[in-house]
Amino acid sequence: MLTKGIRINGLKKRYGKGETAVDALKGVDMQVAPGEVVGLIGPSGSGKSTLLKCLGAVIEPTAGQMTLGDEVIYDDGWKISDLRALRRDKIGFVFQAPYLIPFLDVTDNIALLPMLAGHPNNESRQRALELLKALDVAHRARAMPSHLSGGEQQRVAIARALINRPPVILADEPTAPLDSERALAVIRILNQMARQYETAVIVVTHDEKIVPTFRRIYHIRDGRTNEEAGEGRAFE
Amino acid sequence: MISLAGRDILHAWGKFVFTGVGLGLLIGVTLTMAGVYRGMVDDAKALLDNSGADLWVVQKDTLGPYAESSSIYDDVYRGILGMPGVERAANVTYLTMQVRRGESDVRAMVVGVVPGGPGEPGQPGYLVAGRRITRGHYEAVADIATGFQLGEQIQIRRNLYTVVGLTRRMVSSSGDPMVFIPLKDAQEAQFLKDNDAIVQQRRRTAENPAFNRPGVPGLLNAAIASQSANPYVNAVLVQIEPGYSPDDVAEPIRRWKRLQVYTREQMEKILVGKLIATSARQIGMFLVILAIVSAAIVAFIIYTLTLGKVREIAVLKLIGTRNRTIAFMILQQAVGLGVIGFVVGKISATFWAPIFPKYVLLEPGDAARGFVAVVVICVLASVLAIRAALKVDPAEAIGG
Repeated sequence: MLTKGIRINGLKKRYGKGETAVDALKGVDMQVAPGEVVGLIGPSGSGKSTLLKCLGAVIEPTAGQMTLGDEVIYDDGWKISDLRALRRDKIGFVFQAPYLIPFLDVTDNIALLPMLAGHPNNESRQRALELLKALDVAHRARAMPSHLSGGEQQRVAIARALINRPPVILADEPTAPLDSERALAVIRILNQMARQYETAVIVVTHDEKIVPTFRRIYHIRDGRTNEEAGEGRAFE
Repeated sequence: MISLAGRDILHAWGKFVFTGVGLGLLIGVTLTMAGVYRGMVDDAKALLDNSGADLWVVQKDTLGPYAESSSIYDDVYRGILGMPGVERAANVTYLTMQVRRGESDVRAMVVGVVPGGPGEPGQPGYLVAGRRITRGHYEAVADIATGFQLGEQIQIRRNLYTVVGLTRRMVSSSGDPMVFIPLKDAQEAQFLKDNDAIVQQRRRTAENPAFNRPGVPGLLNAAIASQSANPYVNAVLVQIEPGYSPDDVAEPIRRWKRLQVYTREQMEKILVGKLIATSARQIGMFLVILAIVSAAIVAFIIYTLTLGKVREIAVLKLIGTRNRTIAFMILQQAVGLGVIGFVVGKISATFWAPIFPKYVLLEPGDAARGFVAVVVICVLASVLAIRAALKVDPAEAIGG
């Protein structure tokens, strides 16, 4: 039984009503342990993005159950009233493009979340700097996002996702714009951070070059998931 | 708490400053329009202040001498001088015309006053150069806004006048500078005909059997002489003795002299409420239109800036930023833009106001009200952008 991480049982999502209704998710089961990085792979239209939006509490599923750490957050209906706070405190997001706030420097991009949650600015920035050191980009702490390379931007985005020590990180195609070397570096960092912060990481990807890095992979097709063991060789 | 709006403005300060300067010039025009109105009111009050009068005695049933024409006999002032509470009384005429100066001319209000010292009703309160009118004819005291110099010869109708004194801030209610000349000359100037017209009038009078009767010598000459003289003035300006109220002095003059008498308060109402009322409404319309245009521009700018940040807003919402934080960011930017615009507008208006041909009075109270209006307009203008931002779906940050 998981004490942290994320567990999903029979998650369904239906768009529309009546004859035009579309079942995007038809009962997804998934379980990711703390410190584990799993891949979520599937063709276009298979329901990857819908699943990610449900997991990220951005859209409401139609049925099923989601447990985050010890807390049931969805059981045929949201069990938490403040989804915004849930996203801020318990879910980290890494996007295909880093989507850093262009008018904030690297440190403040990362420190923004705890600042918005009401933590003192200095304390938030200190935490951001620690993460930047861990991700080996501390030397760019005062730089603006537009002055960073693609790899650096993605590391900053990972730091932002980790700043509140969330039990789960959802990464949506995080390596898509990167070359093989940088893509593997990002996955390596995600693995390191997952272990270090005991965070469950779900990586949605099409990227063939990173697929062998996962120990477990969920294939999604027609709204259902199949679990299989991955090679996980890159980080042995 | 971090100021997202402040950081955004600092990041794109050039865009904000240039937009603010553009908005500022518009606000500057708005403040100047308010200043034009204030200047008109101040000109009207200056006209009353400078006349040195407590009461204006004018033709019955008229709003003269400024808002309507008024004509009363020039010997009426003698009777008024004998009324209780009257300290001084003096005839005055007003005639707005083009005063010739060499080849050019200047629009001015020609004021006919009885030559005398300071404190006499109708006389300019003070001079900045030269002396007062001491002779009965062909001397003038001019406001410096006319551009006339001491010793210069100016032409009013057919006569030449020497500028013997200069004064300041003596203007008509429409802002035209004043030229003071002796009363008799002004009376003549008001009704002076050209030579051909005089000859024709004399001929017509001579041909009229009523004026050219056989056996009545001197009748024709007397009739012609009466036609050539102007025994009228526009008003009598009255100063009252200390201890008397204007109403107490005005009432007997109204009753016994059968003339209209206005107190300072009443005259101010006529000038501000009637004479410049249309212009004030005109300016008011401009102010309303400018305010709407400013609001539309701020709304458009803030809306466009917000639409340019949809992805960032989606990310901010996805990572848990409250709607009120995002709304406050947009609101702060709108108000920031307004503040930049106001500062630029106030500075611009202060610089260009003295260049205007008529008096532009920029009052601190108007500036304060303008600032409040700008902030309110910016707040209202940001509503559209805030609505757009709040409609942004956080799911837009997630691809697919």
